Amino acid sequence: MSALVEIENLRVAFRNDDGGYNDAVRGVSLTLGREKLGIVGESGSGKSLTGRALLGVLPPYARISVDTMAFDGIDLKSASPKLRRSLRGGRMGMILQDPKFSLNPVMTVGKQIVEAIRIGDRRISGSDARKKALGILEAVHIREPERVFSLYPHELSGGMGQRVMIGMMVVREPDLLIADEPTSALDVTVRTQVLSILDELVTRRGMGLIFISHDLNLVSKFCDRVIVMYAGRIVESIEASRLSEATHPYTRGLLSCLPQIDGSLEPLPVLNRDASWAGAA
Amino acid sequence: MSVTPDLVADPKRAVRAARWAEFKIFTRRFMRNPLGVVGLVIVVLLLFCAAFAPLLATHDPYLPSLTDRLAAPSATYWLGADELGRDIYSRILYGSQLTLLIVGLVIVTSAPIGLIIGAVSGTVGGWVDVIFMRITDVFLAIPKLLLALAFVAALGPGITNAALAITLTAWPPYARLARAEALIVRNSDYVNAVRLAGASEFRIIVFHVIPMCLSSVIVRMTFDMAGIILTAAGLGFIGLGAQPPLPEWGAMISTGRKFIFDQWWVATVPGIAIFTVSLGFNLLGDALRDLLDPHLRQRK
Amino acid sequence: MSAAPKPLRLFIDIGSWLITVAITLIGLAALTFFIGRVLPIDPVLSIVGEKATPEVYQKVYLELGLDKPLWAQFWDYLGKLLRGDFGTSFSTSRPVLTDLLNFFPATLELSTIGLIIGVVLGVPMGVASAYWHEKWPDHLLRVVGLVGYSVPVFWLGLVGLFVFYYLLGWVSGPGQLDVFFVGVVDRITGSILIDSAIAGEWEIFFNAISHMILPALLLGYYSLAYISRMTRSVMLDQLSREYVLTARLKGASEFRAVAGHALRNAAIPLVTVIALSYGGLLEGSVLIETIFSWPGIGNYIYSSLFAADMNAVLGGTLLVGMVFILLNMLSDVLYRALDPRSREFAK
Repeated sequence: MSALVEIENLRVAFRNDDGGYNDAVRGVSLTLGREKLGIVGESGSGKSLTGRALLGVLPPYARISVDTMAFDGIDLKSASPKLRRSLRGGRMGMILQDPKFSLNPVMTVGKQIVEAIRIGDRRISGSDARKKALGILEAVHIREPERVFSLYPHELSGGMGQRVMIGMMVVREPDLLIADEPTSALDVTVRTQVLSILDELVTRRGMGLIFISHDLNLVSKFCDRVIVMYAGRIVESIEASRLSEATHPYTRGLLSCLPQIDGSLEPLPVLNRDASWAGAA
Repeated sequence: MSVTPDLVADPKRAVRAARWAEFKIFTRRFMRNPLGVVGLVIVVLLLFCAAFAPLLATHDPYLPSLTDRLAAPSATYWLGADELGRDIYSRILYGSQLTLLIVGLVIVTSAPIGLIIGAVSGTVGGWVDVIFMRITDVFLAIPKLLLALAFVAALGPGITNAALAITLTAWPPYARLARAEALIVRNSDYVNAVRLAGASEFRIIVFHVIPMCLSSVIVRMTFDMAGIILTAAGLGFIGLGAQPPLPEWGAMISTGRKFIFDQWWVATVPGIAIFTVSLGFNLLGDALRDLLDPHLRQRK
Repeated sequence: MSAAPKPLRLFIDIGSWLITVAITLIGLAALTFFIGRVLPIDPVLSIVGEKATPEVYQKVYLELGLDKPLWAQFWDYLGKLLRGDFGTSFSTSRPVLTDLLNFFPATLELSTIGLIIGVVLGVPMGVASAYWHEKWPDHLLRVVGLVGYSVPVFWLGLVGLFVFYYLLGWVSGPGQLDVFFVGVVDRITGSILIDSAIAGEWEIFFNAISHMILPALLLGYYSLAYISRMTRSVMLDQLSREYVLTARLKGASEFRAVAGHALRNAAIPLVTVIALSYGGLLEGSVLIETIFSWPGIGNYIYSSLFAADMNAVLGGTLLVGMVFILLNMLSDVLYRALDPRSREFAK
């Protein structure tokens, strides 16, 4: 069984004011099967950029270089823009953090889902597309799908909006889903709901999932494997169940920052960053 | 950048050092925008011409020479002569002083008036805000050129009347700007802290609200200067600006219009001057806005 | 959401908006009143001119009610305006409003064509500029726009006449039509193109076009300079938003992402921009029409200025100002119609 995703030595850099380059991702390599992989890191660790590089939606001013990047055997590195575009939405999806910003404010939610469907199937009739859209709204547990279909994004709650986003990205049944901080903008009570929907969809359809987050606790409970990134590099790669056995000092530092209900009552330790974790430039 | 101990000990020096460093960064980024540099050069050229007009001119701009009426550009009359035989090049140089005068008059009056109205309106709020904003809206909804035209028609032509008329319609954008900034700032924590320390609203407006507007105001002013030049030229063209024999560029186009077909330079040259100066301010304004507006910061 | 029932909130919303418009109109009238009545040393003289007889002077004096207090005069003034009485032009001896309505269609025709050119060319220019931000298409288009933004349009018209009419002979000269065509076609709408087409006078139609093309292109250039500039800045903002990324993630083509998503959002503020540009064209007509001897409002105001006919000048200013305010109103309405977020009151 070939891996779903194979990345070797990914580097992403941005030009800065002085004309030099800032390396944001420095030599990241990973593989993914039909499993749930979590990528954890703080802001600036390069985790989101990795996901975007895979989908080919980096900003135009980014410089990318990679030894191997393949999706289900398809070589992405030499693929034409047209090929990459055809993969997006159809075989690889991505959900973003905040539906307030990630959904088009002047189109109804239903129309946006129908658009996704139409991109995949140009010949589908209007009523069939609508039916399919309503179906996916039901699949993400939205009650009254007909009513929600004609609502605008600003008329939805955060949780509903995020479910619409998820639905929109899985309606064409992709093999891979990248979730970039999907619950960070939601209330804690809504988070579990959205996560369980995500879990249901991914497991039921046998998708590969890359779950990007800054919340180590969340990721360790939700995913099968965890990758920890720091300053553009992978510092730890471990199964979620064995997270407590992590070796890298950064990961250990993160773990010890998490309050335990049965832990000691001493103040939590502050993470002491070591310049060596960023590795050689 | 390491912080030396003496800077830490002396906060005022630290602030000055920081400001200087910021200025150097700003200048470096500005230099990387070629169009902006061109704009700056043009503006500096304008100032130079206005300041040194008597030295740079080849002839007296007011002295007619009836034998040389409508002379073509030549070695004596670098840009030709007008219908009274006056050297166009020299008149353009002296006209730059008039241009600067009008622009200066308008900016110096409209910006402070607008800023104060807007800052007070936004900070104080309530009825004051409603009334001031209604007044601002009325002035904004009115055609600038026509209002200036009617105004000058009633008061009589001349530079000061023209400047006054243009000011009437130039202040509202500053009011809007200042008010928007005031609304953001007035409830921010640091302003509330100053209030708790006993600062009066006046102090807050002058020392906290207005400085926040500064970068938008500078950009706005630069663009305004281009617009003012065009409006003033328009008024001059109609005959409502500086009166003859003053070498106002718009008026020069108007008199040159009669001879456009055979002595095209009389009307064309002043227009090129107006265009160049206006372009200069627009280029400069564009560059400043790209630098100062945080929304537009994009890496290449 | 809000406690008040739906129809009542709608009513209050529309009501307060109408009041705002009314206040702006009154403000405009107040300004013209101030300029016409308060500023001049002798308002009667500015209306009747220096050569008027004492009887005419007296008549106008009483008409203006100059013996009454200022606020009473203003009240009368407003009343007259509402009845359509903009005063009488002493140079044409006709009511100013009649004159204005006579000349307005020619200006409208020219400005509308100019605006259409401005929108059809300016919006795509702005979109292209934003999409290829900081690359050569952006720089090229920006320079083109910048020139249009910085050049005195009336001067460009003059130079254009010189080059394209006098030197090259590609277009007709000043005036709306060749002299021997004037007055031939019956005036139905006031638009020479429509009227001559209705009458089937195709020679006149094409003659009108050859006269109109230069001023229309000029106005079009002026308009597209502003519109493309604003479109660029609005599009730059929209293209940086996340929903555009979402469109790409769905597999949408660049065209669909830019035109179907970003532009659709950009259209909302652009409506206001276009309305403003239209107003700007009407306003600039004063200068353009003198260059091209175009029989519109601008020319009317210009000649009234030289005849020192204050009523006519102020009447023209009032009319254009009212159209300005009307355009603002229209763009407000369109804004509400296009942006679902602004329709909160309708929920």
